[in-house]
Amino acid sequence: MLDKNGIARRIAQELQDGYYVNLGIGIPTLVANYIPQGIDVEFQSENGILGMGPFPVEGSEDPDLINAGKQTITALPGAAYFDSAMSFAMIRGRHVQLTVLGAMEVSQNGDIANWKIPGKMVKGMGGAMDLVASAENIIVAMMHTNKAGESKILPACTLPLTGVGCVKKVVTELAVLEIKDGAFHLLERAPGVSVEQIIAATAGKLVVPDVVPEMNLVD
Amino acid sequence: MALNKVVANAEEACKGITNGMTLMLGGFGLCGIPENSIAQLVKLGVNDLTCISNNAGVDDFGLGLLLQNKQIRKMISSYVGENEEFERQMLSGELEVDLIPQGSLAERCRAGGAGIPAFFTPAGYGTEVGEGKEVRIFNGKPHILETALTADFAIVKAWKGDTAGNLIFKATARNFNPMMAMAGTITIAEVEELVPIGHLDPNQIHTPGIFVQRIFQGNSYEKRIEQRTVRKA
Repeated sequence: MLDKNGIARRIAQELQDGYYVNLGIGIPTLVANYIPQGIDVEFQSENGILGMGPFPVEGSEDPDLINAGKQTITALPGAAYFDSAMSFAMIRGRHVQLTVLGAMEVSQNGDIANWKIPGKMVKGMGGAMDLVASAENIIVAMMHTNKAGESKILPACTLPLTGVGCVKKVVTELAVLEIKDGAFHLLERAPGVSVEQIIAATAGKLVVPDVVPEMNLVD
Repeated sequence: MALNKVVANAEEACKGITNGMTLMLGGFGLCGIPENSIAQLVKLGVNDLTCISNNAGVDDFGLGLLLQNKQIRKMISSYVGENEEFERQMLSGELEVDLIPQGSLAERCRAGGAGIPAFFTPAGYGTEVGEGKEVRIFNGKPHILETALTADFAIVKAWKGDTAGNLIFKATARNFNPMMAMAGTITIAEVEELVPIGHLDPNQIHTPGIFVQRIFQGNSYEKRIEQRTVRKA
């Protein structure tokens, strides 16, 4: 079974040389720590920076330089700043190749819910609806089940949707799943996790091939 | 000769803001917010406001100060997750809230300032955001119609500005400020450094002075950081 860093590490393997990438808040942010050797990517944060660098060294924080999670960041050489309309022109205009974001629920037709629990929690969608409506390649990073042990990998989302039919891949602490033809397809198992465990934790339609390889997390 | 937009301070700049008005306020989280003008709005005690701003500050800073005072009737935002008082007022129904996708919010402000009454976007199709909105298919994909936003007053914060109202923003403090500057009937710009005309390079101007009616240098800037995050040296 993977921890959050393991999920990020597996998703980092999806990065390709030359990609512009938008990472959401939470586990997705960790992906930046595991860029494979020999791969150059540039991170976009939708509040207005391309070429986002690591967190600043203590004492050099700049309140005018933050990411979409409101964390202090740095800018790498070659970075660019821009306004919010231009930022979403990059996103809507499909200039960003990969979007990684968290979710509360994902359905077998690729719907995603991650912004609201009616009557309980309303944080807002932020940029998530723009991102999922336009990105060519969306990977969801999340835990397979919620705190009550219920599956978040569902036949249909129960929470208000963020986007429809948009998620292509889900990486959890248990598995890598591809979404196509109205089903989750089991691509890989996390180290030490059995196919039976994954089946038990998945409520949506799951297609399991005869052989399910274990993830290779070696760099 | 360039027009002179300078006013003495936040008090002068906020003259004419009255109960029931619609305001746009720049900033993303607490980054690039017009701190001095917000303090003046608290002092003025104007209420029944509709505020268009990406976020609502935190409980005790930024727009959170206006929320605490119950000066806001309606918020138009994309993300309100860092403010418990906001969430409480929204869930209890005291505060009317229109949550819209961040990119649509930015574009609606830009459209408002650019004379474009509405546009189609894929963001929000098939969700609550798309309910009741016209849907059209372009290139085989459904899009929803979003309308432009304008405001009685737009209040923005820039790094540097000149007396003609030309503005330069710093780093990610730019965010919504340039679009909102375009969409206000009256746009107030507060800046960290106000300089005479001729002191800013015209090549570097982000917001041309035509969009700004009033400009002043803020007294001080706290620039509070929401999520101070550092790495080991």
